[in-house]
Amino acid sequence: MRGRNAILLLVAAAIVVLPLLVVGNAEFSGADGQAQDLIDRAGYQPWFEPLWEPPSGEIESLLFSLQAALGAGLLGYYVGLRRGRREGGPDDRRTELHAGD
Amino acid sequence: MEGYLPPLHAAAWMVAAAPFVVAGVRRIRRVVDDHPETKLLLAASGAFAFVLSALKIPSVTGSCSHPTGVGLGAVLFGPNAMAVLGTIVLMFQALLLAHGGLTTLGANVFSMAVVGPWVAYGVWRLAAGLGRSFAVFLAAALGNLATYCTTSVQLALAFPDPLTGFGGALVKFLSIFAITQVPLAVVEGILTVVVVNLLVQYSRDELSALAFGTKVMGAK
Repeated sequence: MRGRNAILLLVAAAIVVLPLLVVGNAEFSGADGQAQDLIDRAGYQPWFEPLWEPPSGEIESLLFSLQAALGAGLLGYYVGLRRGRREGGPDDRRTELHAGD
Repeated sequence: MEGYLPPLHAAAWMVAAAPFVVAGVRRIRRVVDDHPETKLLLAASGAFAFVLSALKIPSVTGSCSHPTGVGLGAVLFGPNAMAVLGTIVLMFQALLLAHGGLTTLGANVFSMAVVGPWVAYGVWRLAAGLGRSFAVFLAAALGNLATYCTTSVQLALAFPDPLTGFGGALVKFLSIFAITQVPLAVVEGILTVVVVNLLVQYSRDELSALAFGTKVMGAK
C-alpha cells in the first residue's frame, strides 16, 4: 500500500508541474480573477467590499500557508496517532510488562 | 468575489444552502453521539478540505484554481456533514483572505459544500462496485468538477450574456472554471484515494463504525 501511495503522489505532483512545463509562459492568474474581469468588463459594479483584506501579497500568502499548515498538521496528527496505535500496540504492552517487573 | 452576486441572487443562494447546513449540524451531532471515536476522523476530514482549498494549483489553461477537498468527508460521513465543514472553510477564506466573500457565502456553500459533496456521495454509491480506489477517485474528482460547474451556472444566472443570454454566459464561465478544473479534479481524486488508503490501513475500527466502512472493507 505504501508503494502504491508513493506512485499516486508522484502522479499528482506530475500533473501539477506539467502545466508549468507545457504552457510555461502563461500568466497563471486565478480563475476567480478571470471571471471577475469578465463581469467587470460588462460594466458591473460590486456592491460590497471585503470587510478586511490582507494588506499585501506577502500577508495573503502567509495566511494561505497558515491554512494549509493547520490542515496538514491536523491530518498528519490524526494519521500518525492511528498508525502509532496500530503498529505500536504490542511494543507498548511489552514496555508495560517490563515496567511491572 | 465579494459583492459580485446581485443582492437578490446572494440572498436566494443563502436560502437554498441553509437547510443543508442545518441538516449537516444534525447529522454531525448524531454521528458524534453514536460513534464518539470518529470525532477525530471528522476533524481530519475537515482538515483535508482546509488544506486542499488553500492550494492554488496551475492548470493547463495557464490559470490557477484550487481543489475543494470535500469528497473525502462526503464519502465517509455523508454529504450533509460536509455542508457544515465546507461552510467553516469558506468562512475562514472570506474573513481572513478576502477570498470568496460573505455576500457570496450562500452561493459558495451551495456549490462547494452542498452540490460537490452530494455529487461525490452519489458517484461513490453508484460506482462502489467498481472497486474502492476507483470509486473514491471518481467521487472526489466529479464532486470537484460539479462544484465549479455550479459556480459557472450561478454566475451565468446573475450575468446572462446580452446577446446569447444564459447559455452564452454559461459557456464563457464554464470555459474559465470547468476546463481549468479538469487536471485539478484529477489531482483531488488521487489525493483522496491516498488518504482513504491510509485510513483503510490504520483506521479500520472507525471506518467500520461508519456506513462507509462496511462497503470499503467489502470492496477491495
